[in-house]
Amino acid sequence: MKTASRLEKVLGQGEFAVTSECGPPRGADPDVIREKGKLLEGVVDAANITDCQTSVVRMSSFASCLILKEMGFDPILQMVTRDRNRIAIQSDILGAAALGINNILCLSGDHQRFGDHPQAKNVYDIDSIQLIMTVKKMRDEGKFLNDQELTKAPQLFIGAAANPFADPFEIRALRLAKKVAAGAQFIQTQCIFNLERFAEWMRQVVAMGLHERVAILAGVTPLKSVGMGKYMKNQVPGMDVPDAVIERLKGVPKEKQSAEGIKICIETILRLREIQGVRGVHIMAIEWEEKVREIAEGAGLLPRPKV
Amino acid sequence: MRRSYPTNVKIIRVPCTGRVDDVHLLKAFEQGVDGIYVAGCLEGECHFLRGNLRAKKRVGHVKRILAALGINPERIQMYNLSAAMGGRFVEIAQEMTERIRALGPSPVKTGKGKEFVEGQGEEKKQ
Amino acid sequence: MIVAVAKPLEDIVAMTDRYDKIILAGCKACVAVCAAGGEKEVQLLASALRMARKTAGRELEIREVTLERQCDPEYVEQIRGFAGDYQAVLSIACGVGVQYMAEHYKTIPALPGLNTSFMGGSLEQGVWSERCQGCGTCILHLTGGICPVTRCSKSLFNGPCGGSSKGKCEVSTEMECGWQLIIDRLKALGEFEARFVELFPLKDWSTSRDGGQRKIVREDLKQ
Repeated sequence: MKTASRLEKVLGQGEFAVTSECGPPRGADPDVIREKGKLLEGVVDAANITDCQTSVVRMSSFASCLILKEMGFDPILQMVTRDRNRIAIQSDILGAAALGINNILCLSGDHQRFGDHPQAKNVYDIDSIQLIMTVKKMRDEGKFLNDQELTKAPQLFIGAAANPFADPFEIRALRLAKKVAAGAQFIQTQCIFNLERFAEWMRQVVAMGLHERVAILAGVTPLKSVGMGKYMKNQVPGMDVPDAVIERLKGVPKEKQSAEGIKICIETILRLREIQGVRGVHIMAIEWEEKVREIAEGAGLLPRPKV
Repeated sequence: MRRSYPTNVKIIRVPCTGRVDDVHLLKAFEQGVDGIYVAGCLEGECHFLRGNLRAKKRVGHVKRILAALGINPERIQMYNLSAAMGGRFVEIAQEMTERIRALGPSPVKTGKGKEFVEGQGEEKKQ
Repeated sequence: MIVAVAKPLEDIVAMTDRYDKIILAGCKACVAVCAAGGEKEVQLLASALRMARKTAGRELEIREVTLERQCDPEYVEQIRGFAGDYQAVLSIACGVGVQYMAEHYKTIPALPGLNTSFMGGSLEQGVWSERCQGCGTCILHLTGGICPVTRCSKSLFNGPCGGSSKGKCEVSTEMECGWQLIIDRLKALGEFEARFVELFPLKDWSTSRDGGQRKIVREDLKQ
């Protein structure tokens, strides 16, 4: 049974999908989401709202998704297992589905040591793969985790994240296989700068036939500056930014670096489209959402198809 | 060698400075001693291989305890010299005596409060 | 062993400030092994506390005692004869010992001299590392003898997260990625295919602290 998800329909039609994400505000102002949403109108098939990314407190993904939905978007609810136990998780799944949110991205979540409340208790009652299993069980079996029947099954298109650049490299495709076995239907990867390594991962994924069972959306992020590139290379775990990319940015004057970063991003998307198994792109322009349209346009992804 | 050293220095002999325990050092201060120095063999030349290195660590540990109690950690020191270095022995005795004289009597004896604040490294004047 | 570490001296001095006669009770078991609360630590702490008091121009009388353990009633009872003469018990056993003191000697406060931290073992002299969270349902046979609850910062059950980098956890480069260790071990044992590919079922946390305070009863051993 298919859900009402626009993303699922676009992928089902064999189209190359485009998603992006909005970071919610550190306050109770809904207009922040509305303004970011306006920048993405007509540009994406679905939009993620991050869930206290890097463990920094922000307006909840759930609430922000509703604001996007009101604007006509198909939002993707991101849910981390760091902050809520299986009781709250099943409850939120029912709530999201009831309010017409059609997509959910299942994550473990960055450890709270990174965030602004490192003294918090972490939950991690279940991990991201078990979260996928939970959504699938509720949707396809109509049951809670304790096998009791629920009254109306939530219809959600299930997504998960994948990081081809984390270690150990040789098990990353296997871990994706586990997510697919658990019920993941679409994947958004960590942002890609090292195309060789990504291509190698995709080869393993294709060899296992996973690309036919799950839609892989390749993640991209435009670099604003050499500083940003270096930060991501050195300070963010699980990120692979080759020296060649940094050097390319260094080769242009400072005021032209952001434009060069956009160029690199567009080129990356075009190269990613050539790789077998890549069925879409997930553009992460954190606090730079105004550039997503330009990137999508430059990569020939607009207009988005009708479903 | 017939050199003389200050009379306020009381020597306690041990077969190796590794024999000295933190408890001995702390109890001496508890009883009102104004300063202690532990004189061990030159590093790398310990007859019992690593005794002097253990002593160094214990002196460091006692320094931290003293600082936490508001007592100047300079009151305890580790020195390294060989049995042949008579001149150095005298030098150390004089250096330590001058240092302790400058610091004055131990606050444990005087009961007039802390003489040292951790992290500021400055002596408080009594 | 249970691994604990001494509270900062300033904190203990402040905690005992209102008392002039205290018992300082050490323990010869776990805390002695991790050099936090054994006989030697009793001597050091007693000396330091008396010095702190003298520096302030006051006195502190300390009865130093080191018990076999502070988690068995018969040993804790050994101070019954003189406990009444003192105003407080400063225990440098683990949190269990402090609580046993409180339970057995209801009229005098039991003060903790240590911060009890974890169940672990020594890596080398002077270094102790956490190994067990006491989840109550041990699955070490399924993960090559390495605990994902304790050694993975997120207690994941299905492999490493995307923050695992060069065998280190995203939380700190000094922390090993528990799942990297598990994978390496499963491969070395030839169990990788058997164990890693399967989806790990959800953990029953009710046997852990989450289910409430735990108690184990052996009817065959009760009097």
